Parts: sequence; structure tokens; C-alpha cells
Amino acid sequence: MLNIGQHISQEYNDELEDLRNQVLSMGGLVEQQFSDASNALLNGTINIAQRVTELDYQVNAMEVAIDEGCAQIIAKRQPTAIDLRNIFTVIKVVTDLERMGDESEKIAKFASELSADTNSMGFYKNLKHMTFIAKKMLTDALDCYARLDAKKALEVSNMDAEIDAEFEILNRLLSTYLLEDTKNIESILKVTWCARSIERVGDHAKNICEYIVYVVYGKDIRHVIDGKLQDDK
Amino acid sequence: MNNNKVELDQQLSETVGKPLINGTPKITCRDVNVFYNQDSQAIFDVNVDLAKNQILAMIGPSGCGKSTLLRCLNRMNDTIDGCSITGKISLDGEDIYSNDIDPVLLRAKVGMVFQKPNPFPKSIYDNVAYGPRLHGIATNNSELDDVVEESLIKAGLWKETKDRLNKPGTGLSGGQQQRLCIARTIAVRPDVILMDEPTSALDPIATATIEELMHELKSSYTIAVVTHSMQQAARISDRCSYFHLGRLVEVNDTNIVFTNPEHELTENYITGRFG
Repeated sequence: MLNIGQHISQEYNDELEDLRNQVLSMGGLVEQQFSDASNALLNGTINIAQRVTELDYQVNAMEVAIDEGCAQIIAKRQPTAIDLRNIFTVIKVVTDLERMGDESEKIAKFASELSADTNSMGFYKNLKHMTFIAKKMLTDALDCYARLDAKKALEVSNMDAEIDAEFEILNRLLSTYLLEDTKNIESILKVTWCARSIERVGDHAKNICEYIVYVVYGKDIRHVIDGKLQDDK
Repeated sequence: MNNNKVELDQQLSETVGKPLINGTPKITCRDVNVFYNQDSQAIFDVNVDLAKNQILAMIGPSGCGKSTLLRCLNRMNDTIDGCSITGKISLDGEDIYSNDIDPVLLRAKVGMVFQKPNPFPKSIYDNVAYGPRLHGIATNNSELDDVVEESLIKAGLWKETKDRLNKPGTGLSGGQQQRLCIARTIAVRPDVILMDEPTSALDPIATATIEELMHELKSSYTIAVVTHSMQQAARISDRCSYFHLGRLVEVNDTNIVFTNPEHELTENYITGRFG
């Protein structure tokens, strides 16, 4: 496994370790946010929807603190090679995590509004599957980050195609429903927005996986068609 | 550490990266070995090219052989008793160790700037004029004046010294003295400039001035620089080489070396890890 420690300066090791722990803590909070938001939407447990917003304050504060930590390390240590890629990745990962938090907040908001709406229930089966994959992607992406496991990260990254396919199916279904039942446009649109947010969570998790590949191999695989390294090591 | 890297236990006999260049190099080193007193080998089988109008940085821990190799490039090691060299070093395709090469003329073509500024105890003018006089570059005083002025301009020192050319060179500040030494090197119209830690005795402002000067000089000269400052190597060089225990471990484009080096030893060194 790749080791971010082993610097001659123990203080530098500690700073990098601290940064990694902070990212994982932030990831844990975002996991909780997404879990709460999707439970509120799919199971109607709207009492926990409020918690998603409360957690978002913490997530935002952590993003600022971690960015500050990265700036300090760049200024003090002038990181190179793996350390440079690691710091660069932390900055990118926290941005994606923060946006996942925002998407969770949107889902929680719509969950409260949709809770009394029985017409939208029919689509929850599709949403449930999308949510399941997005949750797994997020958890696995954080796990890959903790272990800097690039091979697993590639596998997780490829799961995003499943969410995208599910999202497309649901979109077609919702479009048909919109044409057939114009009275429920508002509810249908809210379900669409929720689906969109879940799909975005998958995209952000995929981004995190791509950054992990960058840290480990120094290869930028963003926007590569099949998501595979040419010379998979 | 990283399974993508060339592992530590892999043989060091082959340099990774791009030690040789496409096109015609200014200097080539082939299978260069350097020995001090037969029993002590300082450099092992080094193969590397220096590209024209580029800066090659040489980095590595103390005693790794980078300065030894640098000094081979203009036969400065000839002056060390017991030092012997095998292999071939060529300047523009010509073997610099062949019998018909005059080391004095070679050192005019391949100039050198040292760690500590070492102006002669002479005037600023005479410091710069010394080489041209010796090599007969100027035929009269007017031509010599032009060579001195041109060299001081190229070294970025003309504005500061034009009104005190007769003052002692040793009276200048450390940074100015180093630029005077660069002007002295330039005055004999070299093709290549070798720099052995040229800014390690200077403050950050003087260092920045020298680095800027190096950037300007590379359009006219080929430069090789030994430095202990990795940030400096990253800032100024086009290609960067890493030496370890007398072996050239890696040579690559500088932007690759500092973002994604190929060899684990290079990575350990530039990131400050135990190696």
C-alpha cells in the first residue's frame, strides 16, 4: 500500500496524516447526510431531514479548515511528487464532498415536501436502486481513499454508469407521466430533482475515485471514455 | 512504497526516464566511470545528454557524484591527483579527453561558476577582461572594452558597475560578485556554462537574480547546474537528473521529476523521505 508517511520530518508526516483524517471525518459526515436524506425521502422519516442541514454547517466548516491546512502545507513544505498529488487531491476531494453534502440537503428538502404526496411513491423503487448504488459508491470511494487503493477505485468509478442508466430510465418514465397527468407536474418535478441529486452524488464519488488513481499512479484518467488505465498496473 | 515505481531493489545500473535526447546534443556522456585512486569509484556508468540551450539540473545527496560528473565536463578533475576517467564525454561530437584537446581551451568553451563567488583581487574591469586578454579574444583596448561591457550586460551587472569599473571586484556584494564571476565566464565566449551550487552562498534576492539570469542565458548557452535546492532545480531547469551513490538514477523533464518521478529513489529524495 502507498504510504504517505516516512518523511524525515515527523512533523510533516503528522500534518499529512492529520489532513487525511480530517478528509475521512468530513467524508463520514457526508455519508451520514446522504444516508439521512435518502431515508427521509424513501422511508418518509422526515424528522431526520433537519439533521442533514445541521450536518451541512459542519461539512462546510471542515471544507474551509482542510483547504487552509493544504495552503499551510504548500507554503511550508513545497510538496513534490506523491505529496504534491496528495495535497492536490485533498483540495479536489473536499470540494466534491461538500457538493455531495449540498445535494443531500436538496434531497432532504424535497423529502419533506413530498412526504404527504402519495402520487410520487410509484417512482421510489427506481430511486431506491439509484440511492443504493450512490451510497455504496460514496462509502467505497472513501474506503479507497483511506487505503489509497487505486485498483478498487477504478472499479467503484465504473459503477457510475449504472446510476446514469437508472437515471435515464427514470427520466423517461417521469416524462411520460408528466404528459399523462398534468395535475401532478410539481410532484413529478420534485422527484426529478431528487433523482438528479442522487445521480450527482454518484458523479462526485466517481470524481473522488479518479483523484485516487491520480495520487497513486500520477495518471489523470478524468474524461477517459472507458475509465480504464491503458497499462493497468 | 509505490508499486508503480521502479523498486529500490531493482538494479541501479540503468538510468530511468529520458537520459538521452532526440536530436543533436551539445554534450554527451557515454559509460562514464570516475575513480579516485583506483580503489574508490565515484561515478558508475553514466550515460546522459545535455541538450543545446537547455538547463540540466543535477540533484542528489552529498557525495552522490553530481559535482564529480560536472567537473568532468570541462576536465577540472584533471587537476586532482589520482583521479581517472573511463568512457567518453563529447562536446559537439568531439571527445574532450582525446590527446589533441587543450584543457585550457576546453575550459574557455565550457566555463564554470563555483559555489562561492571567487573574483580575482583585481578591478571589476580586469576581472572580466582577464580571460579575453589570455585567449586573445580582443585585439585592442576598444574591443576589450566592448567585450567587458557586453559580458557585464549579459550578466545583468552593467547598470550597477558601469560607473565603478576600476573599483575592486571583491568590494561588490555576494550576489554581485557571483554575477561578476558569470560575466567573467561569459567573456571568453563559452558554449557551455557549468554551475556548481551557484547560489548556495547567496540570500534569496540575489538567488532570484541569478536564477533569472540563468533563464536569460540559456538562449545563448547550454547550462548544467548542480544544486542542493530542489525548489531551485524545479524552477530553473528544463531537465533534471537525480544521482545516488555515484549512479545516475533518473533523468527526465523537470515537470515529470517533480510531479511523478519514475524511480522510487528519486521520489524518496525529492519528497524528503527516508531512502
